[in-house]
Parts: sequence; structure tokens; C-alpha cells
Amino acid sequence: MYCVHCGRPPGEGEHTRCQGARGAIDPPRFCPECARRMVVQVTPSGWSARCSRHGDRSSFNTASATD
Amino acid sequence: MTAAAERTGADRTEADRTPADVLAVAREQVLERGAGLDEPRVLEILRLPDERMPELLELAHEVRMRWCGPEVEVEGIVSLKTGGCPEDCHFCSQSGQFPSPVRSAWLDIPGLVKAARETAATGASEFCIVAAVRGPDKRLMSQVRDGIKAIREDGNDIQIACSLGMLTQEQVDELVGMGVHRYNHNLETARSHFPSVVTTHTWEERWETLRMVHEAGMEVCCGGIIGMGETVEQRAEFAVQLAELDPHEVPMNFLIPQPGTPYEDFELVEGPDALRTVAAFRLAMPRTMLRFAGGRELTLGDLGAEKGMLGGINAIIVGNYLTNLGRPAQQDLDMLTELNMPIKALSDTL
Ligand code: SF4
Ligand SMILES: [Zn+2]
Ligand SMILES: [Zn+2]
Repeated sequence: MYCVHCGRPPGEGEHTRCQGARGAIDPPRFCPECARRMVVQVTPSGWSARCSRHGDRSSFNTASATD
Repeated sequence: MTAAAERTGADRTEADRTPADVLAVAREQVLERGAGLDEPRVLEILRLPDERMPELLELAHEVRMRWCGPEVEVEGIVSLKTGGCPEDCHFCSQSGQFPSPVRSAWLDIPGLVKAARETAATGASEFCIVAAVRGPDKRLMSQVRDGIKAIREDGNDIQIACSLGMLTQEQVDELVGMGVHRYNHNLETARSHFPSVVTTHTWEERWETLRMVHEAGMEVCCGGIIGMGETVEQRAEFAVQLAELDPHEVPMNFLIPQPGTPYEDFELVEGPDALRTVAAFRLAMPRTMLRFAGGRELTLGDLGAEKGMLGGINAIIVGNYLTNLGRPAQQDLDMLTELNMPIKALSDTL
């Protein structure tokens, strides 16, 4: 698994900015399965993100790392 | 001699000895007469010590209530075209010039209609369609036209604003024709600071778009971002430059240091400084709609947001932003209920 905010494995490097208030306002940017940068669309009530390999996820069908 | 000191002979004698207190000046000039403070006075406000903050915020709130009223304008925004912008605004995660994790995306028309519907459901009277571009091309203009048509066909009569970068006169006229009633284009920061924030276009080019928008009869929405390395003097300069523009609305953002941008390691604006700036902007622009926009969640938190609503702000963006998430819309609506501030109804704006 990879950090959805910075794309690194959870044990690698610092993730201070990926957590807390900073993480809470950032939608997932990296695919948790392969760390590819995802195409992300933020809408007034949610977000959706697409990984070219692992498909779509969204705030409506995923427990966001920021919830 | 200040306006306050001119009031009576007694005041004059007092003022001759010590410069009039800036809050006393503001009370007379801004609250009573509705005339915004000039740059030196705005700077004095920005330099007020923490002990005087409650007094300052109370005055800013009184000014807002007196000249704007208790209503709060609620707006939702959505990014129609995200990322890949050729410009180099150093704060922006959507610039294609920096290694930001934000990738290009287009929202399709059904997605836009849904976003407008969700926004209207919150009770918001404004919906702003935004694109990360230097200026719109034919494809974007046609997407906006189709989008607005589809929103109307959905039975949604929410007011529509756009933010599509720098415009030509022809594009200004086209937007008016589509029924876009307000146009957002931020000057971002003081004129003297702008060249260190953006190098791919000038402050004056932005001003030119604003001039055309105003002349075409659209409402002008123009604000900026606090916390981009500007000095406190430049904050005062910016407030007064905005006052000179006299926009209908000023959105106030606080920098969110975005990963990959030149400003990624900038410090957040401190809460008290953010509130001081809100109050200073209110005292520079007593009649202008001042909107809480991006960054308030990080800079001010829940408590600070309330203080801002009681310190000069009279409009908010609810829900998410363009590339960042906001707090849930309901939380803001509950806050307004608690503060006893009515939401400006769509019927009032038509
Ligand atoms: S023009 Fe707008 S979208 Fe493009 S880099 Fe500047 S702020 Fe970002
Ligand atoms: Zn991380
Ligand atoms: Zn993947």
C-alpha cells in the first residue's frame, strides 16, 4: 500500500503533511495500490479519482484516507 | 489631519497632540460615513496588537452589518478544467510548470449539472464554474455554454459565475450572452508583489480583463491570497488597490502551501493575522462582499471561521474547492444558523 497523498510507502520518509489537517483537505492523489498519480476531480460534495491501472475510486464508494 | 479629528474643536486640540486612534477614526469614517480607510490607516490596522483584536473585529462586524446587512451569500464552486495550466502562479497546484501531483482533468456536462444541483441544494445562490487556463479557447467557451444550458434544462436557476482567466472583449460579450452574471478574476496580491508571484503575465493584464468585465455590466469578483511572502505594507497596498477597483465581491484566500509548487514550504498564515487582514479589508471596503474562500480551514479552523464571520466576512464558499476539500457544507450552514445570519436567498438576487 502507498500513501495516497505523497505516493510513498507508509514506512518511507515523512508523512506529517499527509496527516492531520493538511491531509484532511487533500483528496487522494496517488493510487494506494501502485502509487501512480491519479486523475482527480473534486466536486462540491466529494471527489473521484482514476488510476490508469486500477480504475476508479471516489469519496462515495471509498473510505477516504482523510475521513 | 484625519477625518475624525476634524469633527469638533475639542477633538482637534486632542488630535494636534497625538495622532487619532485608528479605531476611533474608522468608527467615524467607515462605520458612520461608509468611506473606506486609506493605505496608511489600513496599515495601522494591520499593525494593531493582539490586545486590540476584539475591539477591531467588533468594529469590522458593525461595519459589515451597517453597510452590507446580516445576510450571508453562499456559493459553491467547481473546477471544469483542472490542471495543466501554462501559467506559473507560484501558489498554484494547477500550473503545468511545477511538479505538482495534480493531473489534468475535464469535468463532463452531467458532472457539472450534478455539481450545480448539489450546490443549489445547500441553499447557495451562486455557482462558479472555474477553469485552470491562461484564458479560454473555443473548446472551453463551448463547454461553458453547453454546461450552462444543461444546468438550466435541469430546472436549476442558481446564479452562475465564471472564472476562466484572462478574456478578450469578444469572450466577455459571449459570457454576458450566456447569462453569466459575475466574473471572478483575482489580482492575487499587491501590484508591487505580483512579479514575484507570477512571471508569465502581469497584474496590468489581469486588471484589463476586470475593466472589460465591469464595463460589460457583469459583477466583478476579485480578490487574492494572503500569505505569499508579501509584507504587511503590501497587504495594505493590496486592500487599497482592491478598493480602487471597487469589485462587487472580494474572495479572501489564505495560502495552502501546495506540494510541488515554489511555495510548498511557506508557513501558514497565523490565525490572528488572518483575522486582522479580514478586518482591515472590511475597513478598506465597507460595502463590498467579503468572502471566505480557500485556506480558512487550515489557517483558522472552526473557531477562527466563526470569528471571521463576526469580524467582517459576509459570504462563504461551501463544500469543496477546486483541488482541495473544504469542510462539509452542512457544518458551515449550521454555523450560520448558530450565528443567526440568514443565507441570502436566490429570490433576493434575481
Ligand atoms: S492562471 Fe490560474 S490555474 Fe493557471 S497557474 Fe495561475 S492561478 Fe493556476
Ligand atoms: Zn504521505
Ligand atoms: Zn493504481
